[in-house]
Amino acid sequence: MNTMHTTLMKDKLLELFETEQQNIRGNATPMVNRIRKHALTRFKTNGFPTTKKESWRFTDLTPLLNTEFAFDFRNQSKSTDIEKIFTCDVYDLDTYSQTLLNGWLIYKHAPLTKLADGTIVGSLAKAMEVYPDLVDNYLGKAAATDQHEMAALNTAFLQDGLFIFVPDNTKVEKPIQLINIVNAEQPVFLQPRHLVIVGKNASITLVHCDHSLTHNISFTNTVLEVFAEEGAKVEHYKMQNKGRNSALVTHSFFHQKQNSRVSSNIITLNGGFTKNIVEATIDGTNCESEHYGLYLVDSNQHVDNQLNIDHRAPGSTSNQLYKGILDDEAKAVFSGKVLVRRHAQQTQAFQNNKNILLTDEAKANTQPHLEIYADDVKCSHGATVGQLDPDAMFYMRSRGLCERTARQMMMIAFAGEVVQKISIDALRARIQNMVEKRLKGELSICEQCVLHCNSKEPTSFNIDLSKL
Amino acid sequence: MLSIKNLTVSIHGKQIIKGLNLEVKEGEVHAIMGPNGSGKSTLASVIAGREMFDVDEGEITYMDQDIFDMAPETRAREGIFLGFQYPVEIPGVSIANFLRTAINEKRKYLGLEPMTGAEFLKLMEEKKKMVEIHSKLTNRSVNEGFSGGEKKKNEIFQMAMLEPRLAILDETDSGLDIDALKVVANGVNKLRRPDNATIVITHYQRLLDYIVPDFVHVLYDGRIIKSGGKELALELENKGYDWVKKETKTDTVS
Repeated sequence: MNTMHTTLMKDKLLELFETEQQNIRGNATPMVNRIRKHALTRFKTNGFPTTKKESWRFTDLTPLLNTEFAFDFRNQSKSTDIEKIFTCDVYDLDTYSQTLLNGWLIYKHAPLTKLADGTIVGSLAKAMEVYPDLVDNYLGKAAATDQHEMAALNTAFLQDGLFIFVPDNTKVEKPIQLINIVNAEQPVFLQPRHLVIVGKNASITLVHCDHSLTHNISFTNTVLEVFAEEGAKVEHYKMQNKGRNSALVTHSFFHQKQNSRVSSNIITLNGGFTKNIVEATIDGTNCESEHYGLYLVDSNQHVDNQLNIDHRAPGSTSNQLYKGILDDEAKAVFSGKVLVRRHAQQTQAFQNNKNILLTDEAKANTQPHLEIYADDVKCSHGATVGQLDPDAMFYMRSRGLCERTARQMMMIAFAGEVVQKISIDALRARIQNMVEKRLKGELSICEQCVLHCNSKEPTSFNIDLSKL
Repeated sequence: MLSIKNLTVSIHGKQIIKGLNLEVKEGEVHAIMGPNGSGKSTLASVIAGREMFDVDEGEITYMDQDIFDMAPETRAREGIFLGFQYPVEIPGVSIANFLRTAINEKRKYLGLEPMTGAEFLKLMEEKKKMVEIHSKLTNRSVNEGFSGGEKKKNEIFQMAMLEPRLAILDETDSGLDIDALKVVANGVNKLRRPDNATIVITHYQRLLDYIVPDFVHVLYDGRIIKSGGKELALELENKGYDWVKKETKTDTVS
């Protein structure tokens, strides 16, 4: 039965590719279309990932594919006035923001902007026309479509998303914020594609937020490729606060040259189904690759974080710290792989995954996986799945704290270890606040969502299409 | 203030306290001494409300209320404080935040307005001085990475902040050097008031050189087998516990 859904969906996608080829190809470069063709072949052969595959063993996509999804291969939202339907409510978060509506970048003035420091920000579709060489040099070089079925699917259908190019020696002052909004009347299947190129000794902070504005079913399959050139510094924050009917598969591929620093921080506060795949290829000496994650899930939510760190060069450090709190019947999966290749001597690689289960029904599967071929390395991994410490609970109660307060304090403290890693003050304060609210049960769904899914009278939206 | 009658306590079916009686009145300091495994810490835990023990028989009343009707936090808010033998580490929870929450939950229970940030800071500075804490201990996570001495000092500091009516100090002296011991004892002495009481549980006599008790009880095999004044502690130090044990056996025979 389940296999049928995936086969049907696969056939439908392949058929769509044929009929919509003109639209899908758009103005993509010949090189991009070659990559696309290769990826489509991979998808034809491998199809959707199944639970037979180790990295998808505990995460079953098939039930999600049993939906009549709508696809839109033409940009219908490019000049929507986004401020009318959405404003980010993180106070004091001063960012240069870019919005994606149903997979397409929307803009007020121009699809691509050159900032004062020379940084280019805007639509990937447009970048393929204006900067074909730049796109051809990088796109698809980090996203391994042979290993990742969903990345292959994304690559086959890629059309638009965020494009950023930071020239050498440029420090982008303000964080660049990507707001990815799904707002559709019917179930949609979206595949945004982002490309971020950070030049030598350049630095950037990227804040990536996923929101849904309706509680319709949606499936978003995102691929982000980030290239950190020599000495580059990249901070990536990925937040999500989605409706329960949303499915989100997000790939973040980082390619690091020597002396580069990458830190990623993935915060999952809400969402029906979430799979994050983070892959860092360390292709130079003296790199740092830090990966943090926090997931707070309840009801029957499912979150899966998969990390692959590939140490290809000596003398670099990687660190993974993922923490989660699971309530009700929520499920979490963590699989963290560290590969230290034979030449990657003096590698230091650390990995830790800690889970707190609040009920007997909540479930966490954690799989640390170290593959080490070098002999002079320092690696460690740890994983815990447990309840709150009963000794600490009694200690706190014996000082007069009620059980509920004690539990909340411990959970907030547990999550705090990851939240503290956020270096943007306004964002950290906001996330801390949201985590606290979430753990106090005051935030059951996206606060921003004007639909207030918990209320009985949903508001409806009218996107002004007359401007197209 | 505290009245324990014929208390019998077991854990996993094994009896640890076997018919214990104790009366503590306002203004008094009681020392409970005894060899390892005699039930000292169990007694302290049961008074504080630890749920892992089964109370098979007997009663404990505190300020004329049945203690077994009260949750541990209620006992704390009513003024019972347990200084832990092994204070628990709570990573990520700062002492200041922890104590402010504890104080305000107690105030709420007593029908008082919560303490403001400024009031709390003032109180904290005052009490830090009282128990001779000069470091920034209060900014750190509760007991995390603390030395043995720091943990015990922190217990006394929390006691000073919470101003209990009945404080039970469970082997607060264990693992302390003489300087730390003096600091801890000084704190306890400064906190003595005519309307509160202290139970000091200890293995050694030396703490009682600094905290002078009104009564000394010897706890052995789940029972108080001898009670006396402060001189009993000295006698114990000289003659050892075997002396009391023998004496008790003789008593039983005669």
